[in-house]
Amino acid sequence: MTVRFGGQVDAVALRNALDAGTGTVKDVVEECLARIAERDGELHAFTRVEAECARARAAELDAKRASGAALGALFGVPVALKANLCWKGGIADCSSKLLANYAPPYDATVVRRLLDADAVIVGTTNMDEFAMGSSTENSAHGPTSNPWDTERTPGGSSGGSAVAVAGGMVPIALGSDTGGSVRQPAALCGVHGLKPTYGRVSRYGLIAFGSSLDAVSPFARTIRDVARVLEVISGACDRDSTCLPLPPFEAPQPADPSRLAGFRVGVPKQCFPAELDAGVRACVESALQQLERIGCELVPIELPHAELAIPTYYVVATAEASSNLARYDGVGFGVRAGSELGLQEMFAATREAGFGEEVKRRILLGTYVLSAGYQDEWYGRAQHARTKILGDYLQAFEEVDLVAGPTSPCTAFRLGEKTADPIAMYQTDLLTVPASLAGLPAISVPCGTSAGLPVGLQLVAPAQEDGRLLRAAQAFELATDHHRALPPMLLGAQA
Amino acid sequence: MSATIERDGDVWVSSRTGTRWHVVCGLEVHAQLRTRTKLFCGCETSFGDPPNSRTCPVCTGQPGSLPVLNEEALALAVRAALAIGADVAPWSKFDRKNYFYCDIPKNYQISQFDRPYCTGGGIDLPSGRRIRLHRIHLEEDAGKAIHDRGTTTLVDLNRAGTPLIESVTEADVTSPEDAFDYLTALKEILIYVGASNADMEKGELRCDVNVSVHPAGEGWRTKVEVKNLNSFRNVAAALEHEILRQIQAYESGDESRYPVQETRLWDADKLVTRSMRSKEAADDYRYFTEPDLPPVTVSPSFLERQRGMLPELPAARRTRYVRELGLSAYDADVLVADRAVADFFEAAARISGRPKEAANWISNEVLRALGDAQTGASTIDDLPVKPHDLAELIELVAKGTIHTAAGRTVIREMLESGTAAAEVVERLGLEQVEDESQLEDWCRAALEGKDAIVADVKDGKEKALGALIGPVMQASGGKANPQKVREILKRLILES
Amino acid sequence: MASSDEELVRRTAELARLSITPAEAAHLAPQFARILEHFKTLSDVDLEGVEPTTGAFGLRDVLRADEPRASLTQDEALANAPERIEDFYSVPKTIGGDA
Ligand SMILES: [Zn+2]
Repeated sequence: MTVRFGGQVDAVALRNALDAGTGTVKDVVEECLARIAERDGELHAFTRVEAECARARAAELDAKRASGAALGALFGVPVALKANLCWKGGIADCSSKLLANYAPPYDATVVRRLLDADAVIVGTTNMDEFAMGSSTENSAHGPTSNPWDTERTPGGSSGGSAVAVAGGMVPIALGSDTGGSVRQPAALCGVHGLKPTYGRVSRYGLIAFGSSLDAVSPFARTIRDVARVLEVISGACDRDSTCLPLPPFEAPQPADPSRLAGFRVGVPKQCFPAELDAGVRACVESALQQLERIGCELVPIELPHAELAIPTYYVVATAEASSNLARYDGVGFGVRAGSELGLQEMFAATREAGFGEEVKRRILLGTYVLSAGYQDEWYGRAQHARTKILGDYLQAFEEVDLVAGPTSPCTAFRLGEKTADPIAMYQTDLLTVPASLAGLPAISVPCGTSAGLPVGLQLVAPAQEDGRLLRAAQAFELATDHHRALPPMLLGAQA
Repeated sequence: MSATIERDGDVWVSSRTGTRWHVVCGLEVHAQLRTRTKLFCGCETSFGDPPNSRTCPVCTGQPGSLPVLNEEALALAVRAALAIGADVAPWSKFDRKNYFYCDIPKNYQISQFDRPYCTGGGIDLPSGRRIRLHRIHLEEDAGKAIHDRGTTTLVDLNRAGTPLIESVTEADVTSPEDAFDYLTALKEILIYVGASNADMEKGELRCDVNVSVHPAGEGWRTKVEVKNLNSFRNVAAALEHEILRQIQAYESGDESRYPVQETRLWDADKLVTRSMRSKEAADDYRYFTEPDLPPVTVSPSFLERQRGMLPELPAARRTRYVRELGLSAYDADVLVADRAVADFFEAAARISGRPKEAANWISNEVLRALGDAQTGASTIDDLPVKPHDLAELIELVAKGTIHTAAGRTVIREMLESGTAAAEVVERLGLEQVEDESQLEDWCRAALEGKDAIVADVKDGKEKALGALIGPVMQASGGKANPQKVREILKRLILES
Repeated sequence: MASSDEELVRRTAELARLSITPAEAAHLAPQFARILEHFKTLSDVDLEGVEPTTGAFGLRDVLRADEPRASLTQDEALANAPERIEDFYSVPKTIGGDA
């Protein structure tokens, strides 16, 4: 019997089936490659499909199973990686012309842990260049389409990984979330996207955008899979000084996973701003009622400094990015331009030719907010404002166990709709950046559709309460069918 | 025409105008910490290895790599700070210094800006003057850009990420001699506490100078930075040259010649400083807190542990050697100059109970063997002779088993072969011959045909005996007791 | 004629080693101004006495023992270099650049 997973079988089920002797990893990988071949021409989630590498890995894993060795927690599970995660044998080009063909000489900690858990990496996925964007349109490889409507964006910047999962091509994928880059595309594509507590997962090998915000973050179709991936990739890492010295995550095992009795859920007024799409508002309000039905108490709360979140986030993230991206100068890696010029001119020519417009815009902004005479006014104030935003949450969590609201102010927007207006694009991060600035765990879970497009409910928990977050998300999942909803293009595949 | 400038102590006096010029100078010293690995990665620190053979994702700035601080670097830096009496900050942090150059793989250097790990402290010079330290901070070194090979610049990143401490003095240096003495003392301290090997030839110690001059009673003027100083002598020479250049420039009255804020390079061949292309705008390094590194706190217990590992410092040792062990100031200087030598001396002195003899043997014989092709040893610890071996020799001489001249033969043999003193004495049969009849035989042989000397001695010219002792000693293979030989010769001549 | 915004963009680009064209500067300048205008809320809020948050929430003293780890081989290290001469990275000739 062949193990099928075209949007129906989750990673844990697949792994358990293989463990029970059903099918082979070879079958799984071939099926996965066939789905990619069938769908990705239209969706363009992948920037590279590493078919040969995946087949070799499958053979290796089948041999391992035949030898009777204990099988890893993700045995035989196909995984897609955002193109900003380093792995030996792959290409991590960050969807940038400047880093075209960059072959990392080392494995990211998360990649090493996926491989140690017997996962199969099938390819790398499209993204906004250097993770700067909210639509996966700022890519040297061109845009990715949303499987719910291929005329629309999947959100970003981890749009490729979101679509790889939402399009039924892989059961799980890794992205990175700096200001919502996993939660927002998860919402727009109707899958789960978890940003763990800052430092819960090692950043070693994640190509940096905003170092104090970046979090390696999984996409999956079930909370059980989200938890499984977190169990595999989390835990102390001696190559990342900002990684928390904690053992790997263990998913909670509540007596009654379907109930959240006594949970106090804070609903911030600031998460329902005037510009919130009416359809999104309706879906999220009904999701909140659902939470009430399974035992939660809804508590209206305030996050008084929410309006500072967007400027604070863009100042902090671009400042760090301007420095993180300084290394792309055409010396040690990347594509050089202006070899015939002087050294500093070569740097400038390389960066001018290699970076796309949004990346340049953010490097400029970040350079400006750090420069002499402006640093106190911008970067300095943003760091203080960040403390205020963190303080809002600390105060809220005195009263409540979780904070809930919409993930994105709108559903999937049309390709090209916001590319001309950077500010309109930045505004789409409105609801996700506060948790990023505060380093808190946050998840987007599917909570229905509006005009045929998915809507995400965002839950935020106190730092290091990733377990509480997943426990609540799972109870919600058990009470609803939203996560089972499939894009129309997959409904035919199900038959 | 340029004026003649004469020194009056630390004041530089112009013969033409009579202006008395004062010097304001500060020194910035980069010292490489003596760790096995780099500051933020596990690559071994490197000197002379094949290019780019000691690098990893971290020190080459590969996308996605992250720094992790080397604990030993912090410990050594703290020890250096304690040795110069600086205040170690209870917490400090790292910052990024952003600038573009091909030997900085990330195009930012991880350094410390507004929260250095220590501030204050100072070093007392032999002249009695004190040079105060402003601060010391930790930072990573750059790689090496090689400009003199081929048509492109070549980059070797082996050195990138090597741990450095950068110490900055207050502007307390008022003369080239001060600069020289300060650097000598700082180097000695760094080596003593084990913080750095401070070998300038290997680039483990690098010095930049900031200097300005102003007429007595007036305010400070524009300061000029001088770089490319690869020896202490060059620092003093460059400083002297730069002081004179600045004074001459001001005295010319031609404002276009006045010193400007710039960096100049010392040309050790031509003995001049040359202007590097002057920087248009001030540098904008856009310092900000390194988000990849949490802050560092130094607990009182860590501080005490490091303090406990500090050896007695050179100045204190020197004083003790003179006052308590009765050594000459010269011998004390020689021994203290190298911590390993001083440690060797103290051990040998303690075991033998004869510090003066130990000092003599070390400065006259042991140190001579260093850098000697035959021993192949560059430091005292490389020698096959250990302190207890030397102590054994000292005892043999003191007991009269061998005399001092034979002792020299013994120590040389010991240094070459590593054989114990007693064994050398026995093997070479160097034990002093006390047997009277044997000594008389040698003496009689020596007297044969030396009638002139015999006559002189009989005339009371005892000095003439000296010409006979040599041949006797030779005949005895150095084993005869020269005192006894003298007595026997005298008796034989007077009896004859 | 270049506006002061364009001048600001041009100077910032120079600092960031981006050789933007005058046309690009003209295009970016008004965007830049609008973005900063939009971020003005940051200047209005009272932040007196607030400590800055710079990251690495709550961690301190993350240290590593001084133990060597394997380095990359020369070929691994240089594999991605756009230009290599022998075992060196090669860049356009530069003398005594800023350090
Ligand atoms: Zn390294």
